[in-house]
Amino acid sequence: MTASFLLRGVRPLGGDPTDLLLADGLVAGLGPGLAAGDAEVVEAEGLVALPGLVDLHTHLREPGREDAETVLSGSAAAAVGGFTAVHAMANTDPVADTAGVVEQVWHLGRTAGHCDVHPVGAVTVGLGGRELAELGAMADSAARVRVFSDDGKCVSDAVMMRRALEYVKAFDGVVAQHAQEPRLTEDAQMNEGPVSGALGLRGWPAVAEEAIIARDVLLAGHVGSRLHVCHVSTAGSVEIIRWAKGKGIDVTAEVTPHHLLLTDDLVRSYDPRLKVNPPLRSAEDVDAVRQGLADGTIDCVATDHAPHAVEDKDCEWASAAFGMVGLETAVGVVAEAMVGTGLLDWAGVADRMSVRPARIGRLAGQGRPLSVGEPANVVLIDADAQVLVDPSVMVSRSRNTPYAGAVLPARPVATFLRGRLTARDGTVV
Amino acid sequence: MITHLLSAADLTRDDALLVLDTADELARVADRPVKKLPTLRGRTVVNLFFEDSTRTRISFEAAAKRLSADVINFSAKGSSVSKGETLKDTALTLEAMGADAVVIRHGSSGAPHTLAHSGWIKGSVINAGDGTHEHPTQALLDAFTMRRHLGSLEGRRITIVGDVLHSRVARSNVLLLSTLGAEVTLVAPPTLLPVGIEHWPCEQSYDLDASLVGADAVMMLRVQLERMNAAFFPSAREYSRRYGLDADRMATLADQAIVMHPGPMNRGLEITAEVADSTRSVIVEQVTNGVSVRMAVLYLLLGGSASALGQDTVALEEVAS
Repeated sequence: MTASFLLRGVRPLGGDPTDLLLADGLVAGLGPGLAAGDAEVVEAEGLVALPGLVDLHTHLREPGREDAETVLSGSAAAAVGGFTAVHAMANTDPVADTAGVVEQVWHLGRTAGHCDVHPVGAVTVGLGGRELAELGAMADSAARVRVFSDDGKCVSDAVMMRRALEYVKAFDGVVAQHAQEPRLTEDAQMNEGPVSGALGLRGWPAVAEEAIIARDVLLAGHVGSRLHVCHVSTAGSVEIIRWAKGKGIDVTAEVTPHHLLLTDDLVRSYDPRLKVNPPLRSAEDVDAVRQGLADGTIDCVATDHAPHAVEDKDCEWASAAFGMVGLETAVGVVAEAMVGTGLLDWAGVADRMSVRPARIGRLAGQGRPLSVGEPANVVLIDADAQVLVDPSVMVSRSRNTPYAGAVLPARPVATFLRGRLTARDGTVV
Repeated sequence: MITHLLSAADLTRDDALLVLDTADELARVADRPVKKLPTLRGRTVVNLFFEDSTRTRISFEAAAKRLSADVINFSAKGSSVSKGETLKDTALTLEAMGADAVVIRHGSSGAPHTLAHSGWIKGSVINAGDGTHEHPTQALLDAFTMRRHLGSLEGRRITIVGDVLHSRVARSNVLLLSTLGAEVTLVAPPTLLPVGIEHWPCEQSYDLDASLVGADAVMMLRVQLERMNAAFFPSAREYSRRYGLDADRMATLADQAIVMHPGPMNRGLEITAEVADSTRSVIVEQVTNGVSVRMAVLYLLLGGSASALGQDTVALEEVAS
């Protein structure tokens, strides 16, 4: 029997204070002065209530790199970060390219119970880009996979990408492309621009992302399928996606929190925690992705939470792995980059971090409105917090965050998954 | 003075002039019967070379030994590094052995920066060439050599030719020479100039002949033939024709202009043998000056005062007698 909670004084989507009653896994009441009855009262005056956050892009590292993260630790970090559903990327070892692997990850997520874990299936066998993986088997499995991605690798072969886009139409799937033209980015270390030239680090030019996105939106339009663009990072990419949406092409896109906040100028420190793929871009690009997220060209924020073992970041830049953890800082960073700047209000954050990613992932029970009868997936956010980021208290098994020591302006304080409290004040329940 | 020498940009104009003036003083040691000063007696300098570079390593080794430092050479080949030991563990090992200065050559840009700022070691870090980033002591020895031939570098026109994209020598030279008031022009095919070079404190050109007019010094950079396979230029022959320095081109230079090369040269590719061996060529001198400049850097970073020879002159005479 699930406990009931009366969340007193919350501000749904940042609106006026009211009470929210969660019972039997559903939103059972909404309005001021609700009677608590048997419910546990949570004094939540002034906290912003949003539908539980949904991450389309999470690396949980299991199976294969359980030293960096597991489904258990990663989904716990997600709950602490305000998420009620995450999509676990396929670049594990073995790769999630069969029904067996995706079902394993799905079961691990169910057993952990911190949030819904939806495995992403690989597009090609072993992320190799040569043979299509058994997409239908993964779609039909217990994991009911709808998002397919070779993330980390780009499906660079145009014919392979076309076939994948066509094939997933049969089960309403979507191909989530990591847009990176491989030849233009061989051994690339950071954004190609004035900073890479000065630092002597091999450049990862914006055109390598934009050229693939341009090709893929045209392919998606041609075959009438659904394309999702992972971690959009450049102004040019935003322009192309805006154009494609204007043409009626069924394309969606995500941006990471770090691409909304950080620029390549920071790489002058050679701090490997800033090494991500796609790389941190210029201030103009940051401005463009913020505008794109604000106007809806970019549909959602996705963390690209990429945990790495200490030794994979405690080294010189070129030897360091790509990626940073993001689940536990996503709300704070989005608040800093989008809410603090007036580009999004909290209703906008709910749309970009819950409603739209749930729709893209075809998750029926997530990203729903906070109204009576809906699943009680809720996150409470202290929107006036000043939180010092301390990696040592993170729930993720890894600590590779560049925000250590930074102060972020908001934090999730409680997360409910179908009416059950999953995390409170930075720890899982 | 600074603690580490990671980039030529770390040096203010005063710092750079102090290094060059100190090197001038120290160069005189080379002319003495006993080429040794007791200045760094008891101090340990580690040459940590992850890339083969006999020239730079022996130059630093000679510099440290002339200052009486204990020198440990740690080369990646045949060491625990080739068995997968990380930069961090290597650094911790050196720290445990009490290195006062680490001279590092590494294939990855920024590795010296990481070594200096990671907290792994306490001593000074001297960048002896990192990836395609910088090689500040090369720039110092180049500036030293130019000063000997041209006097003050203020307003002097220096033309640097070749693979700027992959050249740590070019990056450090542009930064140091502009600090010293020289006007630098980089010349290369467009494929070998980095994106964003318009932000560098120098001019750029694709035309070598035009860039030789009025130059006080011409520095030819080494071109690696494998660049050809990556389509940076079509062939060695075409590269030589457009960007190589031969006798005809050299003849267009002003009388006092000098020809430089950081070595090792590809004779017949970026420079002809005739030019390399000509009276304008100061390439061998560059090598000699490298020792003096590195002595000055070690001396100043390890806590020396402004005058390198002043208080040590007595000691020097003691050693000599």
